[in-house]
Amino acid sequence: MSDPILEAVDVTKTYGSVEALRGTSFTVHAGEVVALIGDNGAGKSTLVKCMAGAEQPTSGTIRFEGAEIRLDSPTAARRLGIETVYQDLAVAPELDPAANLFLGREIRRPGVLGALGMLDKKAMRRKAAEEFSRLGVTLQSIDVPIGSLSGGQRQSVAVARSVVWASKVVFMDEPTAALGVVQRERVLDVIRRVRDEGVAVVLISHNMPEVLSVADRVEVLRLGRRVARFTTADATLEDLVGAMTGALSQEEESS
Amino acid sequence: MTATTVEDGGAIQRRSLGTRLVTANTFWIALVLLALIIIFSALAPDAFPTVFNFQRLAIETAVLLVLAVGMTFVIITGGIDLSVGSVLIFAGMVSAKTMNALSGGSAIEAGWGVIIAGLVAAVLGGLVWGFVNGFLIAKAKVPPLIVTLGSFGAALGAASLLNNGSDIRTVPTTLKRALGSGTSFGGIPNLVITAAVITLIAAWLLHTTRFGRYTFAVGSNPEAARRAGIGVTAHLLKVYLLTGFLAGAAGFMSLAYYSTTGIAAHATDNLNAIAAVVMGGTSLFGGVGTMVGTVIGVFIPAVLKKGFNITHVQDYWQMIAVGAVLVAAVWFDQQRRRSRNRS
Repeated sequence: MSDPILEAVDVTKTYGSVEALRGTSFTVHAGEVVALIGDNGAGKSTLVKCMAGAEQPTSGTIRFEGAEIRLDSPTAARRLGIETVYQDLAVAPELDPAANLFLGREIRRPGVLGALGMLDKKAMRRKAAEEFSRLGVTLQSIDVPIGSLSGGQRQSVAVARSVVWASKVVFMDEPTAALGVVQRERVLDVIRRVRDEGVAVVLISHNMPEVLSVADRVEVLRLGRRVARFTTADATLEDLVGAMTGALSQEEESS
Repeated sequence: MTATTVEDGGAIQRRSLGTRLVTANTFWIALVLLALIIIFSALAPDAFPTVFNFQRLAIETAVLLVLAVGMTFVIITGGIDLSVGSVLIFAGMVSAKTMNALSGGSAIEAGWGVIIAGLVAAVLGGLVWGFVNGFLIAKAKVPPLIVTLGSFGAALGAASLLNNGSDIRTVPTTLKRALGSGTSFGGIPNLVITAAVITLIAAWLLHTTRFGRYTFAVGSNPEAARRAGIGVTAHLLKVYLLTGFLAGAAGFMSLAYYSTTGIAAHATDNLNAIAAVVMGGTSLFGGVGTMVGTVIGVFIPAVLKKGFNITHVQDYWQMIAVGAVLVAAVWFDQQRRRSRNRS
């Protein structure tokens, strides 16, 4: 297999006296979907935050394309092509889908007006419509506030916003948590499309059937450590649950 | 589903102009203003729909309009600025003091050099308070209501201290003639032109630039804005600086028009500006608003007052009517939000 695009090695993270991560490792390759699973409090969200720049690990290294990196902020990660879809999907409900898609990355007009900060709204609307079509996001119109869309559509836009800009890695923390069956399938489709374009997708999920249907590999965290790795094709629901609860362990203690 | 889906091969459409128009709050409040003008014109066809009357209306609202323009930005970020009236007085006072000092006592005979120094002083005076407000709100995270309630008192106190509590009336005659009572283009008051130019630039800034887009984003969801890489703290600071700057400019305009610093005359400017902005469809919860709405919102109370005066209704009714329109506007805004956030 090719070299990992993003890798965490022996990462620890402590909040005061609480050890959220106790020397865990994680690998993801370009063009694969890796599910990161574990019980509540296993450290999944913390690990993702450390790799996405939202938190800094207490110790351990993060490698990106083979080189060690330090991510001071989500913006630093974004510059490398690493995007995150957060659990609480922050969108600006009063802005339209196009404005949300381009938030923080607005296209300016050419020339003097652009230098003064004037936006090219038409170009943004057109490109947004293209991207939404490409990702299979269905919207009635491109200029209604996102808040007036259904929960599923809002979620699709939030997912699309990260995916469009993620050239290397995209983290998704429970992107389908609040969705109905159809909407969930749609988000999973987006995940597959993004993977097929060569982007690495890291999916946090509690939904095991979903994990088995969309992920290529699964890495399992328990109490702040990675305890197992599976290729989805060879794994069963029992394996995953066993690893999560501690009934099954593949990896030795790293200390 | 009736949606145009991508599977149909159709692109995602913009809504039609008509749909966009009727769903905008601004459209309805514009109808209210139009109705008021028509009613008063019908009641007093000789006195209300006259050039002179509309000229007076425009002049008397010019200063408030500039305050309300700044307030629009602040309210769109989900904030509030109670200090604008006091900052206006402070800026006028600093400006008058500067012009008097440069003229060796009385600035009545002063020329353009001194007047420009006075303008710079007024704007700087406004910026200082804008910075104080912005720093405490954006950086120290004190709620805007409290910060600007504090600076509302402090700016008025500071202005009073500058001249031992009395007004300055020695304003350059040249300034009064040019900006205060002068007209251009065949009778349009210069004060109105100034306010209109400021409003147009602000509308451009709010609705077409990245600064404006970030203002909406910060008001709509600060956390989303932060994650999108927008410097929320810096942006809020800029917005309060802009409001301070405009209050400073309004202070200079007020000085030119009334030729006094008017310490006692602007106690309710803040509430009038807020009322105008909110009536114009800008949401107190942030994220929504238009400059056109603010212009309409400024004119509704003014038209009511003028109309009542002309039709010999006691203009205390204006206060009641404005209060009712204001509450109705906020109620509509909340209804709209509730029905929209259905899921």
